[in-house]
Amino acid sequence: MQGLIEFTQMIISGVATGCIYAIVALGFVLIYKASEIVNFAQGDLMMLGAFLGFSFITLLGMPFYLGLMLALACMALIGALLDRVVLRPMAGQPVFAIVIITIGIGFVIRAVVISVPGWGTETYGIATPYSGGVTTLGGLVISNEHLAIIGATLALVIVLYLFFRFTMLGVAMQATSQNQLAAYYVGVPVKSILSMIWAISAATAALVGILLAPITFVHVNMGFIGLKAFPAAVIGGFGSLPGAVVGGLIIGVVEALAGFYLPEGFKDIAAYVLMLLVLAVRPKGLFAQSVAKKV
Amino acid sequence: MHVPMKTSYNEDIRLIRQRGTLVWYALLALALLAAPFYLGEHHLSQLSFVGIYAIAGLGAMLLVGYTGQVSLGQAAFLAIGAYTEAILQKAGVPFAASLVLAGVMAGLTGAILSLSTARLAGIYLAIATLAFAFIVEEVLTRWESLTNGSLGILVKRIQVGGFTFDAEWKFYYLSTGLLVLVLWLMINLLRSRTGRALTAMRDSEISAQSLGIHLARYKAIVLALSGALTGVAGALYAHRIQFITPDQFTIMASVELLVLVVVGGLGSLHGAVFGAVFIVMLPQFIVLLRDAFGISSTYQAGLDAGVYGLLMVLFMLFEPHGIYGRWQKIKLYLDIFPFYRKATFRRQRMFQKSEQLR
Amino acid sequence: MTLFEGRNLDRRFGGIHAVRDVSFAVEEGEIFTIIGPNGAGKSTLFNLISRIYDLGGGSLVYDDRDISRIAPHKVVGLGIARTFQNIELFENSTVLSNLLVGRHSRGGPALWQELLFTSAARQSEIAHRERVEDVIDLLDLQEHRDARVGGLPYGIRKVVELGRALASQPRLILLDEPSSGLNPDETEDMSYWIRDIRSQLGVTVLMIEHDMSLVGMVSDRVLALDHGEVLAIGQPAEIMANPRVIEAYLGG
Repeated sequence: MQGLIEFTQMIISGVATGCIYAIVALGFVLIYKASEIVNFAQGDLMMLGAFLGFSFITLLGMPFYLGLMLALACMALIGALLDRVVLRPMAGQPVFAIVIITIGIGFVIRAVVISVPGWGTETYGIATPYSGGVTTLGGLVISNEHLAIIGATLALVIVLYLFFRFTMLGVAMQATSQNQLAAYYVGVPVKSILSMIWAISAATAALVGILLAPITFVHVNMGFIGLKAFPAAVIGGFGSLPGAVVGGLIIGVVEALAGFYLPEGFKDIAAYVLMLLVLAVRPKGLFAQSVAKKV
Repeated sequence: MHVPMKTSYNEDIRLIRQRGTLVWYALLALALLAAPFYLGEHHLSQLSFVGIYAIAGLGAMLLVGYTGQVSLGQAAFLAIGAYTEAILQKAGVPFAASLVLAGVMAGLTGAILSLSTARLAGIYLAIATLAFAFIVEEVLTRWESLTNGSLGILVKRIQVGGFTFDAEWKFYYLSTGLLVLVLWLMINLLRSRTGRALTAMRDSEISAQSLGIHLARYKAIVLALSGALTGVAGALYAHRIQFITPDQFTIMASVELLVLVVVGGLGSLHGAVFGAVFIVMLPQFIVLLRDAFGISSTYQAGLDAGVYGLLMVLFMLFEPHGIYGRWQKIKLYLDIFPFYRKATFRRQRMFQKSEQLR
Repeated sequence: MTLFEGRNLDRRFGGIHAVRDVSFAVEEGEIFTIIGPNGAGKSTLFNLISRIYDLGGGSLVYDDRDISRIAPHKVVGLGIARTFQNIELFENSTVLSNLLVGRHSRGGPALWQELLFTSAARQSEIAHRERVEDVIDLLDLQEHRDARVGGLPYGIRKVVELGRALASQPRLILLDEPSSGLNPDETEDMSYWIRDIRSQLGVTVLMIEHDMSLVGMVSDRVLALDHGEVLAIGQPAEIMANPRVIEAYLGG
C-alpha cells in the first residue's frame, strides 16, 4: 500500500512537470501551426514573463492575480511586436533561417534580462497566495504548487478549446493555420491573425513562467526548461494541440519514472532518448497526420 | 564579366578555373606560410583557432549549407572528437592514428544517428540533432571512469615521433595544413557525383529520389562526413586548449557553428573560412565595443549574449547570404560598373518553397 | 513488344478513390498519352508508376518484370525517368550540374576515390560530361550551360527538366504535362523534341497532357481518365470523338 501511494505520488509530480512542458509545447505548436515557424525563444519568453511577474508582484507589491494578468498582457504585446518586426519579413524563408533568428531573439531577451537593474543573474522567488500549503487526498500529499499547475493547465486547455471551437476569431485562426492563402482569399486578415497567435503564445509562456516560479524560482536560465518542451511537441506531432498536451504529459511522467528507477543522469536525457526512438519509428510524431508534398 | 571559352571537359573540373585567381591564391599561400615571421604569438594562436573553427565549420557547411540539413548538434561531434583524442593519447596511441580515429569515431556516431534521423526533414531534424547533443553531453558528464566527468581531462601537447608541437608556430602550421587538406577533400567531393547528390537533396528531395539518389543513404553519408570533419576539429581543439570538460561542448558550441556557416555564407567553402575568422574575432570585437562605450564588465555576460543574438537576427534579416554573399555582390558591382541594379541580387526564397504569405 | 504495363492499378486517399482499377499497356517505341479533366487521377497514376506512392492494389510490370514493390530511387536505374508537372529542378545549381545529377543512376566511383579525386574519378566525371553534352546538343541548351537554373525563364527550365530525365538514358520517359506553362511557340518546339526523343533516341514516351493539339500531333494512342477510371483507350482522333470523353470534359 505504501509502495502504491509512493508510486501515485511520483506519477502526480510527473504529471505536474508534464503540464509545464505541455503549456510550453502548446506555445510552440500554436505558432508552428499558424506560420511554420518553430520558436526557439519560447523558453526565454517564459523567463521574461516570469521576471515581469516577479517585478509586478514582488518589486511593485501588486496583488498576485493583478500582477499575473499584467505580465500576461505585457508578454502578449511583446509577442505581437516580435511577429510584426522580426518574423514577418522572414515568411517563407528556410528552416535554418527561422531557427537562427529565433535563437537570436532568445539571446537578446537573455541579454536584456541580465542588463536590467534589479533583475540580472540573481535568483528570485514569487510569493503566491497558494504557496507552501499542501492538499491531502486519501494518503496522498500534493503540494499546492503542483495542484495549481495542473489546474491552470486544465483551464488553459479548456479555454483554448472553446476559443478555437466557438469564437469567430478562433475559427479564423484555425483557417489561417490550415491554409493561409485560402484564408486570405475568403477575407481573413491573416497578418493580424498571425500577430494575435504570437500574442497568445507569448502570454501562455508567461503563464508557465509564473506557475513555475514557486518551484524553480525565477532566474535567467529558467528558460532552458523550454528545450524539454521540444520532445513533448515532437512526440505529440508538431502540428497538433492535443498532441502537445499528451506529449508533455508523457515526457513528464517518463522523466519521473526514469528519475526513480534508473541511475542518476537518465532523468535529464529520458525525454530526448524517448523522442529519438519515437522519431525513428514515426518521423512525424505520434499524432501527426502524414501530409506528403504534392508533385 | 568574364565568360571563358571552354575547349575540354577538364576545364570544368579543374581545381582553380581562372588564371587570375591562381595568382591571388598563390599570394595568400605565401602570406600564410610566412605568417610566423611577421605575426606575434597572440595573432598566430588566433590563426590556429581560425584553422580549427574552419574545419569544424566545413563539417557544418557540408551538412547545412550544401545538403540543407539543419543541425543543432554539431557540438556533440566536436566533443566526441576531442574526447576520443584525449583518451587515445592517454592510452599511448600515436597522434596520426588517434587523429584519424577521432574523425572515424565522430563519423560513425553520425552514421548511427542517421538511423533515427534519415527520414526527418527541416525542423524535426534540427530538434533531433539537438536532442542527440544533449544525450552526448550527459554521457560525457556521467561516464566518469572514461571521461573523468565534469572535472575534465588534461590533454598533453601533440608528439609525432621525437617532434613536439610545443611552440605556437608549430601548431599554426599543423592546423592550417590540415585546413588546406580538408578544403581539398571538400572541393573534390563537391565536384563529384556524391557532392552533386547532396546539393540535389537540398533543392528537391522528391526529384533527387526520382533520379536515383537513395535519400537515407546519402543522409547517412553526409552526417558521417560532417561528423568526421567536426571530430577532427574537436581533436585539434583538445590539444590547443589542453583541457576539456563537457561544458565546453554545450548547445552554445552548436549554435556557434551554425552562426559560423550562416554569417560566412551558406553553400560556399569560402563562407566557412570567412565565418571562422568572424567567430574568432568576435570576442575581441565585443571587448572593443565594451571599452568604447564604457560599459562595466559586470555586464559582460549580457553584452556577449546581446551581441550574439543581435548579429544572428540582423544577418538573417538583412544579409542572408552572409559575408561571402556580400563579397560576391561587391565583386560583381565592380565588374559590371555602372550597370549594377538593386534587383541583380533580388532576395530569392532559398532552398525551400512555401505557400506562406509575407 | 509491351514495355510497360499497369494491371488493375488502384489507390485511395482517405475517402477519395483517386485511381480505380486502371489497366493499360505501353508498347516499346510508342508515344502514349493520358488525358483527363483536373482531378481525374493522372498525376497520382504517374506517382504510382514512379513509386512515390505505394499501390493500393494491382501491379506494375516493366520489361516483363514486376516492379510493384521496388524502392522509389531504383526506378530510374531500370530505365524509367520522369519529369514533374510544376518543375522540380535543383534551383541553386547550374544547368550543367542539374543534367549531371540526371546521370546519377549511371554509377560512379567509390566515395574515397571522389574525395581524393583519383584518375578513376576524373575519368568517370569526363565520361558523364560527354553524355550530358549530347543532351545539351539535342535540346539546344548550349547558351544556358553555366546559368543558374533559378534565374532561367519557365520555358527553358521545362526543357532542362526534360534534359535531366534524358541524361539518365531511359528506355521509358514519363512526361507530366510537358506543355503546361509554355507559349504556343515553345509548345511546338516541345512537340518536335518529344518526337525526336522517340525517333532519334528510341525512347518510349508516356505522357500526361492537356493541350489537345499537342496530343493530336504526337500521340500514337491516348488513354482518357475520369474520376480515377479509364473511359477509353484508342487512337487520338477516336478518343477525341468519343462522346463519354467529351462529356467528361464539358460536364466536369
